[in-house]
Amino acid sequence: MVKALEPQRDGREWLASTFVWSAAALVTATFCWLLGDILWHGLSHLSWTFLTAPPQNAGREGGIGPILVSTALILSVCLGVSVPIGVGTAVLLAEFTTDGTLFGRLTRRSLDVLSGVPSIVFGLFGNAFFCQTLGLGFSILSGGLTLACMVLPILIRSTEEGFRAVPADYRLSAAALGLSRTTTLVHLLLPAAVPGLLVGLVLGVGRAMAETAALIFTSGYVDRMPESLLDSGRALSLHIFDLSMNVSGGDAHAYASALVLVVSLLTINGTASWLADHWLHRRIVTI
Amino acid sequence: MTTHHNLFALKSFVAMVALLMTVLLVVPASAGAQAAAADPLTGKLVITGASTLAPLIAEIGKRFESFHPAVRIDVQTGGSSRGVSDARQGLADIGMVSRSMKDDERDLAAFPVARDGVCIILHEENPVRALTDEQIVAIYTGKITNWNAVGWTDAPITVVTKAEGRSTLEVFLRYFTLKNVDVKAHVVIGDNEQGVKTVAGNRNAIGYVSIGTAEYDAAHGVPIQLLPIKGIAASTENVRKGIFPLSRSLHLVTRTALSGLAKAFIEYAQSKAVHDLINQQYFVPLAD
Amino acid sequence: MTLSISNTLSRWPTDRLLLWLLRSTAVVAGAIVLLIVGFLVVEALPVLRHVGIARFFADPSWHPAEGLYNLTPMLWGTLFAMVGSVLIATPLGILSAVFCHYYAPPVVTRLYRKLIELLAGIPSVVYGFWGLVVLVPLIGSIHPPGPSLLAGIIILTIMILPTIALMADASLANVPPQYVRGAAALGLSRWATIRRVVLPAAKSGLFTGVILETGRAIGETMAILMVCGNVVQTPHSLFDPMRTLTANIALEMAYAFGDHRAALFVSGLVLMGMIVALVGAADWISRGRIYG
Repeated sequence: MVKALEPQRDGREWLASTFVWSAAALVTATFCWLLGDILWHGLSHLSWTFLTAPPQNAGREGGIGPILVSTALILSVCLGVSVPIGVGTAVLLAEFTTDGTLFGRLTRRSLDVLSGVPSIVFGLFGNAFFCQTLGLGFSILSGGLTLACMVLPILIRSTEEGFRAVPADYRLSAAALGLSRTTTLVHLLLPAAVPGLLVGLVLGVGRAMAETAALIFTSGYVDRMPESLLDSGRALSLHIFDLSMNVSGGDAHAYASALVLVVSLLTINGTASWLADHWLHRRIVTI
Repeated sequence: MTTHHNLFALKSFVAMVALLMTVLLVVPASAGAQAAAADPLTGKLVITGASTLAPLIAEIGKRFESFHPAVRIDVQTGGSSRGVSDARQGLADIGMVSRSMKDDERDLAAFPVARDGVCIILHEENPVRALTDEQIVAIYTGKITNWNAVGWTDAPITVVTKAEGRSTLEVFLRYFTLKNVDVKAHVVIGDNEQGVKTVAGNRNAIGYVSIGTAEYDAAHGVPIQLLPIKGIAASTENVRKGIFPLSRSLHLVTRTALSGLAKAFIEYAQSKAVHDLINQQYFVPLAD
Repeated sequence: MTLSISNTLSRWPTDRLLLWLLRSTAVVAGAIVLLIVGFLVVEALPVLRHVGIARFFADPSWHPAEGLYNLTPMLWGTLFAMVGSVLIATPLGILSAVFCHYYAPPVVTRLYRKLIELLAGIPSVVYGFWGLVVLVPLIGSIHPPGPSLLAGIIILTIMILPTIALMADASLANVPPQYVRGAAALGLSRWATIRRVVLPAAKSGLFTGVILETGRAIGETMAILMVCGNVVQTPHSLFDPMRTLTANIALEMAYAFGDHRAALFVSGLVLMGMIVALVGAADWISRGRIYG
């Protein structure tokens, strides 16, 4: 971050400053309102038992242990599938095609279209394709694969941006040194593009954890501890939906589950940032 | 050097994740294998259908599993129509339907497991304590639009109705002999709790939801009140007695004649042993 | 922008392998869209065949039980909600990113960024629930009934803000520091630098961010379902309840069968058509100007 910019005594400057600070304040206030609401209603119901015990009485009592496990598995399947495909496509789009080629434009546009498909359509598609056509049935695998489809455009587009930001000098110098393109990619460009990948990952994980409609029809409603990836498992967001909209008296646990989700997001994002920082150290230091 | 350090960090992270996943997958599986038992009932039942019934059937399923450890009862949601079509196509063993069966569904065998009522709810602060059937019809068809026409202050009525296809809507329409095109609503809701929260957040609202849901919420401090129909109070007790006019049966359906695991489960679900579960979920057990 | 492609340099077998590997991943990504569209078409075909597409825009109302299938009010609902939320969220998001990079002290920046990252992951159910219990009664006290287009726009804005804010943040980070130093050397004020130097330099990332957030706005289902009132009518004021195409599918799919179900898939196709049109328009606008 460059602090070479100094504010000046200029009317326009002051106005701009006010706008920027007000925008930030408005955003912060709204979000604190929302998070405060969750914290206020959910904190009193959190406990170690809540985190590990299975749900009882339709979720009004007991805990969310099996649901946390299912969610973690769904997320792992989703990222395990979407990250390789996503990074691969992003690399192709950024490094090996120009915007002018038909292939590049088509892929980019179809990804944009994919990012706009409603979550419920993904759920219905996932059910028809993964659960029925591929025969996986209601399972964590179907849910993870459907989520991977949803997360792919976000991941690809932001990773692509990350690659575009890498200065041309890197590639020219590598070519001048006679490095193969694979080496250039793996050792030079990927570490440098990590910030873009990180944003994509954060947005993607966020979208995946936030998804409800897509998972109702694919990974399902069963709140038992899953024994394999082919078992049906309820995701945390689905549990929150069921408790707040379908089960009378489930509000208290819905809030507590939402709080757990928020905290897990913080942990995941924090881990991702830490990893990215480590990987960033491998990058060649710029001037 | 730095490269080695970071490579090590990455490798150890990957190893940790792999270990965690192995533990997660192996430990529950091995625990499950011990519970084999010489119980004749084994296998998996897939039950899909109405989300209203899903919590109840899931609870019954859990209790059934505790008696028969080699059995798995998987309950999925997706709506009454999905329950019917999945049962028909064999994608599910049993379907859950939260309404009475239609004429073109006679090919399926239906087994009622519980009953539920539908009642009108108002906000707690609304002093109106009863409405005649004609007044309700007038409000819902847009002929009465202000609370001062039925005994309160000058405030516009916010009419809340359910989305098309929902069984609560069908029960409501059938009793008041209305068609959905006639209903002039301001808010259309999906699930019962959404209806309760909408009315609880708006003093001028009127809506209808499942009696069980409304009774539970009203008893737990949510600011709503249940209106009587034709003088009969809206309560699960009156649905149990059979005197409350707006009621519906909740069914489990199958395509073929019952046999094996499905038969055992449905018989269990219809038995007296689960009446406490049915009451716990605020439905009414069938008078056996 | 220099590319890694140049046939004359390709003498490493790994490079050729890499290229084919990457092409296969891109094909997978592209294939998914085709699969989804194909799926929608197959499911929608029955009703399209004996009702015809024209009736979906000309019927008097949406009452599938009576055989009436007009989608237009819901189309307007989707459009208004999307346009309203994107119009508010984009400046707020970009200004948030600008705030993080050029106005806030480092500690505040870190906290603010964490807050936005967090908000990207809150389930739509939670937003919807909060909207239903807090926002809707608030709007209802200003102007009944409460569930309305305005509530939908506000909730959507909050939901898509993290997308544009984080993408803008990343693209501002990628602006070469030489640009900013050069502007300072020339004596430009802070806001002038941001407006004339930094933002134009970041425009490809900002553009991507806008596309992604618009996609999210169109596709949002659950939260909209809870706060918009779901009445099938073309909204004439911000306080009118309305229903979007996505909420329609979610609301009625569970209990629909036969023609009604196929009609819902037609609305899914119409939605896809809208997205394709928007993406096409964006493509045309950006031709040559964003990706140089």
